Amino acid sequence: MVADTDVAANIEAPPRNTVGPIAWIRSNLLSSWSNALLTVIGLYLTYQVASALIHWGLISATFTGADGSVCTREGAGACWPFISAKFAQFMYGRYPEAERWRVDLVYLLALAGLVPLMIPRVPGKFWNAIYVFVIFPIIAFFLLVGGVFGLLHVDTALWGGLLVTLVVATVGIAGSFPLGILLALGRRSKMPIVRWVSVGFIEFVRGVPLITVLFMASVMLPLFLPPGVTFDKLLRALIGVALFAAAYLAEVIRGGLQAIPRGQFEAAEALGLSYGKKMGLIILPQALKLVIPGIVNTFIGLFKDTSLVLIIGLFDLLGIVQLNNADSKWFSPTTAMTGYVFAGFVFWIFCFGMSRYSQMIERRLAAGDRR
Amino acid sequence: MAVVTGDQGRARSHHAQAAFLYRPEVRQAIYQVVLVVLLVALFYMLIHNTASNLRKQNIASGFAFVDRTAGFDVSQSLIDFNSSMTYGRAFLVGLLNTLLVAGLGIVVATILGFVIGIARLSTNWLIARLAAVYVEVVRNIPLLLQLFFWYFAVLKALPPPRQSLSVPGGGFLNVRGLYLPSPVPEAGFDLVALIMLIGIATSIALYVWAGRRQRLTGQQFPVFWTSMGLIVGLPLLVHVLLGSPMSFEYPELKGFNFQGGMVLQPEFLALLLGLSIYTASFIAEIVRAGIQGVSKGQKEAALAIGLTHGQSLRLVVIPQAMRIIIPPLTSQFLNLTKNSSLAVAIGYPDLVSVWSGTVLNQTGQAVEVILVTMCVFLAISLITSAFMNWFNRRMALVER
Repeated sequence: MVADTDVAANIEAPPRNTVGPIAWIRSNLLSSWSNALLTVIGLYLTYQVASALIHWGLISATFTGADGSVCTREGAGACWPFISAKFAQFMYGRYPEAERWRVDLVYLLALAGLVPLMIPRVPGKFWNAIYVFVIFPIIAFFLLVGGVFGLLHVDTALWGGLLVTLVVATVGIAGSFPLGILLALGRRSKMPIVRWVSVGFIEFVRGVPLITVLFMASVMLPLFLPPGVTFDKLLRALIGVALFAAAYLAEVIRGGLQAIPRGQFEAAEALGLSYGKKMGLIILPQALKLVIPGIVNTFIGLFKDTSLVLIIGLFDLLGIVQLNNADSKWFSPTTAMTGYVFAGFVFWIFCFGMSRYSQMIERRLAAGDRR
Repeated sequence: MAVVTGDQGRARSHHAQAAFLYRPEVRQAIYQVVLVVLLVALFYMLIHNTASNLRKQNIASGFAFVDRTAGFDVSQSLIDFNSSMTYGRAFLVGLLNTLLVAGLGIVVATILGFVIGIARLSTNWLIARLAAVYVEVVRNIPLLLQLFFWYFAVLKALPPPRQSLSVPGGGFLNVRGLYLPSPVPEAGFDLVALIMLIGIATSIALYVWAGRRQRLTGQQFPVFWTSMGLIVGLPLLVHVLLGSPMSFEYPELKGFNFQGGMVLQPEFLALLLGLSIYTASFIAEIVRAGIQGVSKGQKEAALAIGLTHGQSLRLVVIPQAMRIIIPPLTSQFLNLTKNSSLAVAIGYPDLVSVWSGTVLNQTGQAVEVILVTMCVFLAISLITSAFMNWFNRRMALVER
């Protein structure tokens, strides 16, 4: 005992130059001459970018005004009144003003389902999922489209802004997920024709740009249908986006399927499980868990790609910003820049949020593998 | 005992029928036949509908329109083009413009991506953070938005020609584009070019020879410096000796616009900037993952046998990281090429803009035009992946 306390008393504090902020700076910023030079360059870059941003967005920015003339002075920064004046349009497009509560209600209902679903601790995941994937889409469809229960019918041509972006993204995700799983299973199937059809579809879609798929959906789909049958423009874009994302998702899921050891398949077969049960209960849960990062990346890509629908004449968030940038009432040298910065920020929040959430889930699911 | 009653016989044959349906081969055959029938029916319906729709709109199908006169001009073209030329020629113009911007974009994005990917792993905290911020900001914003930003908010907001910003080296930047001096070869320059070509050929031969010699004898040869001398030094020497047979034509402000030199149009600049900056953020992540994927022991072993830091990176870490990097890098190159089709949104005359845009609108031949566009992109994808797969096989780990 005596020896122990002696040892404890004799433990010296670490040398002063290896701990604390000064040591941290020395080892992380100034460890060598070249490193110090890099630090100086980095500081200069940071200063330049940060000061330009603050100057543009705050110091020389305009905050109030009724039209573009307030932003036309020499050296003007951001034109924020443009955003506040057009905010409703950016969110809802030309959705009738009296009916916009319906969109808000859909957002609220979506949040009420998604937030508890995404927080791992909240119980009742099964019913929560039923609500989000079955009940909510039906309610949302009738609320947004209307025409029943005394709700005014709102044509999809009037939808716009963030509403269209979110609708295209969520329907695209929901539609591409089951199709992607089917295609991935088809590609790994023992049946040659099923395999060829899956490979053909996946490689074809992955080989062409989304624009050509959207062009096809908007220009060629009307030709494919029997005369007299017309399709909603938004629906056409949704089909194009979902088919496109499904091909990419199929490749991601195939990666997961390939990583499952043979023994899992054989064990499931030895238990006498049918193909559906083998895949649904044993293989897919493991395979999907392995490729969560890839799936989320595909979804982030899909979310960003929704902006392409503006090329076929739909007004998503970017489309409506682009449209309003050309508004002569708000003409000023900085209007366009302000609009893009706003749209970019909204897109960034969603995409960055998704990627951070997937990293969190990944760590949680990997907990079982860390032993 | 052995007598089979009628009841038992019926049950057995029933059982046999059920067993027949449960045989995997039979089931698979049934599924596949159903799939084929469905697909044939679908395609028959599509073709039938398309044919009757086209008949109704009086559009003749076929590729006869390719030889008709286009009647429109293209703002940027690598080959001769004017409005009296054919739609076929316009297709070629668009294809070359797509290949130009995609090729340059791949080069710029790769360089930028490698620099930022390595910077993310820097021991310098600030540099690593800055690279991380770049990646997280750029890759979470849609490419189309970034293209609009560069085109409408930056390049189209530049001053008019009279108030041009000057670029070091005799160039000018204004709302009409980037004006640069263009090289004008004079008599005797052919000789310089020839010597440079010979230098490149000799360097390749030298590289092969030096590699073989090192494998056989272990002696090293300064290949890099010798090659630099052959490719850069010697032509430069000849160039000076011949009295610099190459001059530059500088752009000059005449009236309302610049004359002379060469001009990079804002559409092209915006597309190149947007594509490279966006794709570089993905390449940076791939490079980072590749370098982190090389086990630490490899680096330590390289340092232990006396290689310098740079040598260990160049000879040990990077070659192994390349094995991890190449497959995803290939798909980024393909993505960049496919994304170049967004040119249509800012008016750069690429394949989609000229062919699936203007030509489609003028002729109405939607089916042919879209099919050709898709086939071109498919062909580019297949050729690129074939090449990268070959390259990947060369780099792959050779195991027993």
